[in-house]
Amino acid sequence: MLTCKQFLRELSGYLEKTLDPAELAELQKHVNECPNCFVVCDTTEKTLKVFKGMEAKPIPKGIHSRLMAAIEKKIRDKGCCG
Amino acid sequence: MSTVPATPTFDESALVTRAQAGDAAAFSELVEHYDRRVFRMAKQITQNDDDAEDVLQETFLKAYTHLSDFQGNSKFYTWLVRIAVNEALMKLRKRRSDRTVPLDEPIDTGEDEMVREIAVWDENPEETYSRDELAKILDQAIESLKPAYRTVFILRDIEELSREETAEALNLSISAGKSRLLRARRQLREKLTRQFKRKGDDAFAYL
Repeated sequence: MLTCKQFLRELSGYLEKTLDPAELAELQKHVNECPNCFVVCDTTEKTLKVFKGMEAKPIPKGIHSRLMAAIEKKIRDKGCCG
Repeated sequence: MSTVPATPTFDESALVTRAQAGDAAAFSELVEHYDRRVFRMAKQITQNDDDAEDVLQETFLKAYTHLSDFQGNSKFYTWLVRIAVNEALMKLRKRRSDRTVPLDEPIDTGEDEMVREIAVWDENPEETYSRDELAKILDQAIESLKPAYRTVFILRDIEELSREETAEALNLSISAGKSRLLRARRQLREKLTRQFKRKGDDAFAYL
């Protein structure tokens, strides 16, 4: 049986399912039997979900045109591209 | 000002080759394709619109100046991210009054090994909070992370870069990236749990 510390060290791999099947099975067994690690695992998944669901905020006005103006100036000043 | 419309089939490497050969329109097309993503990422790291705009401009001006250095071993976007992260970290460094602590090397106190805040969440935060309230909570949680953890989290879990791309953009080993990501995720989970935990639930309620 894995310790909680061992489980939590592999939490990312467990959530992303990037470990080999034997390791995953061992982690799965731990999380099924350990209520604390189950909660940590569940709330970590929810944490990632809430960040991924975050809507991109609109870009403030003028940023794109100021960037393009700065680049065009650079191109005029230096000639193109290294 | 004329803008170059994005072509339906965006061929990054062809555009980079053309830009390296001196085609300014090709470079502009690359800018048009990536500027919003670079701005958003810079905003996440710096948590500030003005700093993010400076980072955006510096990133593309440097990319333009050093375009011949881009070898094509990685994706162009990964190369841009690498420039942008460095610029953003420099902004943070300038903003801090205490410049003696390096921002890219977290001091390992060992305290992150402890797991705090073991409690189930109250419902779905998306349903409990307004979009603005939730955005503020998430921004504050990200801002509270050390920059070294913040950048890894933003690249991996928000930008969804691969482990390899993130390691390359941050000039880290894969294993250092993995351990920083884990710490970032664990710290964010703890911060959000303090906010979202079900009322009446305390740590170790499940012991």
